[in-house]
Amino acid sequence: MAKIIVVTSGKGGVGKTTSAAAISTGLALRGKKTVVIDFDVGLRNLDLIMGCERRVVYDLVNVIQGEAGLNQALIRDKRVENLFILPASQTRDKDALTQEGVERILEQLKQDFDFILCDSPAGIERGAQLAMYFADEAIVVTNPEVSSVRDSDRILGLLGSKTRRAEQSLDPVKEHLLITRYNPSRVTSGDMLTLDDIREILSVDLLGLIPESEAVLRASNQGVPVTHDAASDAGQAYSDTVSRLLGEDMPLRFHEVQRRGLLNRMFGGGRR
Amino acid sequence: MKLLEFLKRERKKSASVAKERLQIIVAHQRGQRGQPDYMPLLERELLEVIRRYVQVDDDAIQISLDSEDNCSVLELNVTLPKS
Ligand SMILES: Nc1ncnc2c1ncn2[C@@H]1O[C@H](COP(=O)(O)OP(=O)(O)O)[C@@H](O)[C@H]1O
Ligand SMILES: [Mg+2]
Repeated sequence: MAKIIVVTSGKGGVGKTTSAAAISTGLALRGKKTVVIDFDVGLRNLDLIMGCERRVVYDLVNVIQGEAGLNQALIRDKRVENLFILPASQTRDKDALTQEGVERILEQLKQDFDFILCDSPAGIERGAQLAMYFADEAIVVTNPEVSSVRDSDRILGLLGSKTRRAEQSLDPVKEHLLITRYNPSRVTSGDMLTLDDIREILSVDLLGLIPESEAVLRASNQGVPVTHDAASDAGQAYSDTVSRLLGEDMPLRFHEVQRRGLLNRMFGGGRR
Repeated sequence: MKLLEFLKRERKKSASVAKERLQIIVAHQRGQRGQPDYMPLLERELLEVIRRYVQVDDDAIQISLDSEDNCSVLELNVTLPKS
């Protein structure tokens, strides 16, 4: 049975789309048949990060409104077998998404796929609520920064009340914390919340920790999800994250300062 | 070296200040969970009414709704300034 996973956060620009692309790629690389859906109607981005922007013909709204079939709208990834992208509409207004329409599409996708990832728009309005409504699990993307943590807590509240699982009193949506853009040297110097601070405040199980990394910008420039950059820190961190999502036990990496250069030792180091 | 130590201590502080602030905010947000959507507005309007008589701070008022089997109790706590 397919698992529906929403990648969400409340706050914008924290790394939802980056993570949805990287994790869906990672799942497909492990042989899981995966589709990643862009719910950001009006501001689609996932197609760019996945590198398929020139192959978009139909989108989520076209399918919901019956102007195209699901198979016409799904884009097959060029690099990984088993990976498909369902882009968002660039032009339509947000009201084009309906709960019944989304449900119909998800039901259809469930027949075919192992994993369905929903890349949520920012905010806590309709678009974000639709992206999470049918989820079985949620990956809450959080940056080590006050407004991001607060928004994540808001989102956790919605996951516990405004989802199908909550409304129908089924098992609750399984929540995972994914901390991204983590900068260990700033944590060491005391001007960034630590991993344990965030965990303690939100009290959600940690699925992964992605360091702030140049590899992410490089990946988005090229339209190749960072998981393919297996030599990079962020690529490896996402790969660990996927392993944990699949139930493997992986030790945490990249949460401590890697190399201690001279500058670092003078200004940042010393206290752990 | 003194200056460096000082700067370091200042920075050390900013993350722990962030943590303390977040713990308070999150506790407050979680207290509101599961409450009806009109509660924030009710809280604001009650504050306005009280202010017609007494000048109180924004955080002087705390309301919560507890549901029991067949009734709900609206609890209202207002901290008034010393007169
Ligand atoms: N681990 C990271 N290291 C460096 N930059 C990152 C990282 N994660 C995301 N970014 C950058 O942050 C910006 C926002 O990311 P994005 O995934 O689009 O966020 P969202 O979908 O939450 O709005 C992008 O420019 C992206 O390249
Ligand atoms: Mg996005």
